[in-house]
Amino acid sequence: MELNGFHCDGEGCAEEKEEEPPALMLPRSKTETPCSLIATPGADSEAAGGSALREQRVSKSTPVMLRLDSLKKNRPPFPWFGMDIGGTLVKLVYFEPKDITAEEEQEEVESLKSIRRYLTSHTAYGKTGIRDVHLELSDLILWGRKGNLHFIRFPTHELPAFLLMGRDKHFSSLHTTLCATGGGAFKYEDDFRTMANLQLLKLDELDCLIKGVMYIYSVVSSGPPECYYFEHPTDPERCEQKAYNLEDPYPLLLVNIGSGVSILAVYSKDNYKRVTGTSLGGGTFLGLCCLLTGCSTFEEALAMATEGESTCVDKLVRDIYGGDYERFGLPGWAVASSFGNMICKEKRDSVSKEDLARATLVTITNNIGSITRMCALNENIERVVFVGNFLRVNTLSMKLLSYALDYWSKGQLKALFLRHEGYFGAVGALLELPNPS
Amino acid sequence: MALSSGADRGSHSMDKSITLPPDEIFRNLENAKRFAIDIGGSLTKLAYYSTVQHKVAKVRSFDHSAKETEGDPLYEISVQEEITARLHFIKFENAYIETCLDFIKDHLVNTETKVIKATGGGAHKFKDLIEKKLKLKVDKEDEMTCLIKGCNFVLKNIPHEAFVYAKHADSEFRFQNTHPDIFPYLLINIGSGVSIVKVEAEDKFERIGGSSIGGGTFWGLGALLTKTKRFDELLQLASKGQHTNVDMLVKDIYGGAYGSLGLTGDLIASSFGKSATTDKEFSKEDMAKSLLHMISNDIGQLACLYAKLHNLTRVYFGGFFIRGHPVTMHTITYSINFFTKGEVQALFLRHEGYLGAIGAFLKGAEEDNPNQYSWGENYAGSSGLMSVSPELNPVQRARSGTFDMLEMDRLERQLVNLPLLQDPTSYIPDTVDLTEDVLAREYWLYCFEEALDGVVKRAIASQKDQPKAVERAEKFRQKYRHKLQTLRHQPFAYGSLTVRSLLDTREHCLNEFNFPDPYSKIKQKENDMALKYYLKVVKSVEELSWEQRQFTLVKGLLAGNVFDWGAKAVSDVLESDPEFGFEQAKLQLQERPWLVDAYNQWIERLKGPPHKCALFFVDNSGIDIILGVFPFIRELLIRGTEVVLASNSGPALNDVTNSELQILTERIAAMDPVIHTALKEDRLALVQNGSSSPCLDLSRLDKVLATVVRERGTDLVIIEGMGRAIHTNYYAMLSCESLKLAVIKNSWLAERLGGKIFSVVFKYEVPSNIREIKS
Repeated sequence: MELNGFHCDGEGCAEEKEEEPPALMLPRSKTETPCSLIATPGADSEAAGGSALREQRVSKSTPVMLRLDSLKKNRPPFPWFGMDIGGTLVKLVYFEPKDITAEEEQEEVESLKSIRRYLTSHTAYGKTGIRDVHLELSDLILWGRKGNLHFIRFPTHELPAFLLMGRDKHFSSLHTTLCATGGGAFKYEDDFRTMANLQLLKLDELDCLIKGVMYIYSVVSSGPPECYYFEHPTDPERCEQKAYNLEDPYPLLLVNIGSGVSILAVYSKDNYKRVTGTSLGGGTFLGLCCLLTGCSTFEEALAMATEGESTCVDKLVRDIYGGDYERFGLPGWAVASSFGNMICKEKRDSVSKEDLARATLVTITNNIGSITRMCALNENIERVVFVGNFLRVNTLSMKLLSYALDYWSKGQLKALFLRHEGYFGAVGALLELPNPS
Repeated sequence: MALSSGADRGSHSMDKSITLPPDEIFRNLENAKRFAIDIGGSLTKLAYYSTVQHKVAKVRSFDHSAKETEGDPLYEISVQEEITARLHFIKFENAYIETCLDFIKDHLVNTETKVIKATGGGAHKFKDLIEKKLKLKVDKEDEMTCLIKGCNFVLKNIPHEAFVYAKHADSEFRFQNTHPDIFPYLLINIGSGVSIVKVEAEDKFERIGGSSIGGGTFWGLGALLTKTKRFDELLQLASKGQHTNVDMLVKDIYGGAYGSLGLTGDLIASSFGKSATTDKEFSKEDMAKSLLHMISNDIGQLACLYAKLHNLTRVYFGGFFIRGHPVTMHTITYSINFFTKGEVQALFLRHEGYLGAIGAFLKGAEEDNPNQYSWGENYAGSSGLMSVSPELNPVQRARSGTFDMLEMDRLERQLVNLPLLQDPTSYIPDTVDLTEDVLAREYWLYCFEEALDGVVKRAIASQKDQPKAVERAEKFRQKYRHKLQTLRHQPFAYGSLTVRSLLDTREHCLNEFNFPDPYSKIKQKENDMALKYYLKVVKSVEELSWEQRQFTLVKGLLAGNVFDWGAKAVSDVLESDPEFGFEQAKLQLQERPWLVDAYNQWIERLKGPPHKCALFFVDNSGIDIILGVFPFIRELLIRGTEVVLASNSGPALNDVTNSELQILTERIAAMDPVIHTALKEDRLALVQNGSSSPCLDLSRLDKVLATVVRERGTDLVIIEGMGRAIHTNYYAMLSCESLKLAVIKNSWLAERLGGKIFSVVFKYEVPSNIREIKS
């Protein structure tokens, strides 16, 4: 097994997973990328587990060439956070310095230490906060400092609890800037001030998204590939995940699937436009699943969808025409009407919750695929990068999107995915930290 | 009665009885041939072609050369039977299909028909039933092909077929003019799923895309979420709900708008997003509304993306999801406006539900080639838009069940644009849209209702010796009054409501009950009387100086136009005082300056070179045509201008018809060498306009007229009378000089225009490009 390689055999993975301490077990679908080699637990000695495997990584384009004193002068004070407050989830990235000198350690105020310890020693916070350990980027050099980048998420409705915790930990005494993007940065600005005495630096979410994508892609050089695609998406037997080289990314269509969906055409580092968006996104999938099946989390909904069968819920072309509708080149397996069989009572009574969850997932995913394809045609762009937390542990949707784009474009369009799917906005926000304008 | 048998079975939960006599629904069935049926998920649409036998008034000249006897009428009027072709379309709920088939079987006399064309998803399901009941072979046609064929047909043949829906505007429906070139367009058909079809020519179309999120999704998902089974009930729920309780809006995420992207706070960021994050019960209404928005927005967005990719701006929506439901038309319109920023308009069709049946019918009738004819909507036999919409018309729904009808008459002549229209695409014949102008609508509806007694009386008088004239006239009264009542509630039922459509509807209703020409005898009498004065008028004019003569001719034209039985104020005077003469009419006229007075410019123009050819749309028979129009065109002929007199093909009020005008012209030619020579040298021509309306639609004129106009190099168009120059065409822009003249014989209208009764409109217009050349 190649230690730093992109692929590992199943045995190696199983082994690796067994070594993980129980506290690090994340709710993970069986369909997830089976090679989380860099699942790095908390580095501090107090960490629940202790490091089993550490991967050395050197960022390839961090500004190491800059003179240290200039860096020092412009370097923002710790702690370094980036935050993306979306409709459903808050995404938080935290840079944990690993090169703290003894002198620094002594000077470091207690509240800063406490925050660092709290975040890095846990992988779950309260009932709903989660640190995506497998996404952690170790030994990253940022603004002249070496450290680990942590990826944390919790539901937006828990934001008040988060703010109270910030108050209790005297976050405001650190006089740091908190860079935040997403709608919540605007909506909760007052709450940040009144509840936690914190001033936000509000940033545009699409600017942050693109910055974050480009940054993360540039700093990940080893380990599982950041950017990947599914080869042979139309052939389930041969369909497999492959690394994709995004060195020369432009132009690209960036589709961010959060609660809703934004579609951006990106022509260069700072030239992009929002082409369109749709309100049928991750929030719609979860919302409909909650109403239809009584589930309450994304993971639950997804687990059900994995078990279900959508073809009994949807009306297919072959249900209407007995086979392909050849005149219009429509294959019999294509969905003619999502939920179309549900107009009939007997069929409503015979479907399972799993079937309904699966149909919801397929409906939302195919619709995003269809709108994306039209945008790609209108903008004349062939590469499409899908990001956003809807795709988290959602191989089903990724494969569907890959399939749909490939099939309906006759191989013209390529669907690409990024490992840090939901965190780019938060990363982009973090990167604005030295620019407190 | 055959059709109510379903109700007797008792076990059926659905009431299958039909409360209207079915012979009012399946009309002319005994002569029917060629059937087509389109069976959808809930509605069946039946189409058949039939012939209608009805009476027409004919005039025939007597031989006057033999002896000239005083008192003999000028020509003979006879009423003859004529057979014309009519297309019938009937729409009813699938639940009635069996009883309807039984009724058809019992009344189908024609045995030649062997095949029924069928389309629609349900065609398969009911195939055996149809074959068993009707003994006709079911021949299935491709759904999409039928849909497109039907769509092309209605777009070409029915004025005001397409409309824009604006829920909060003064008039919810804004009808589009018939476009001379209907291609290319995009048809978004929202059935269970969505098909997006690009139509480039009559037989050239392509399904360029689609979506699985359609009407079936609304229905299926809606049924799961709300436990409401019926599509209509779901729509009702949706119309009462608040989607903001279920959807996550931009302001729920941002606290306000997302300003830098121009996304307002009320925009939906995530459909059903609140049900993902809030743990509470949601109301059925709110969920249905949210679902409706989700689906409409999604379809609208895809439609826009396809329209943009294919560079198309005309986008029509159809399918059972739309089918006249205001709530879906509203959300689709909203979505299209949002995604295209107003660049593309969502268009809907009045007869959208019939497209498949029309198309299937046309497929079966290709040997008759219906496309080579022009067709016209018969207002008397058609139910009009939303006739079965329960919220709009509870009364009518109770009366007619859920039956909806469309009838189209095959017109004898092919209709085309007047080649002299400056911009055929923007031409609107009607001056006032009564769907928008509430005051005018109320006045005219009242006015037509008031006049109804008189019309009934006149109709009876015209057929004193005919059987059942009183009974038929009474039926006419009921039918027309009902139409007026319908229009009061649904002014948009037949497209834009206009004075013209009110007049045309009356003519259609009169014809329906075999009153083809109630004014035939009056016209005959007046023509006779006026002819006697012709030479006298011509002589008195000849004695005048040039300047005086021109003025007298124009005044004569205007005075002649006072004689109009169509206007109530005048018919009152004429009936009470038959001696009301030509000279008296002149005295009644407004003194100059007239209400609209371009007389000086006209005189200046007459001092210049003569026109090459004048096209004159004439109005009334009697004094108007004989003592007004003829002396006037006589002067034009003498000046060296060719004259084309365009008159109605069929009767309407006391308007002179083409066949009457033929006889009148012969008689005048016999007295007047100027007219005689002009006729002989073909410098005076008589053509028919293809219409039987007191008004004039310059976009639907006889093809022959258009050819004559083009060949003769027509450079002057004269339009005379209230119906043709005021109610219609007042704002029509022509590419040559034009004269529009009329006497306002209605005090309400006169006041509205800023004048009094008998005010004169004399409008002389020269298009700017011609003015420039001259100066």
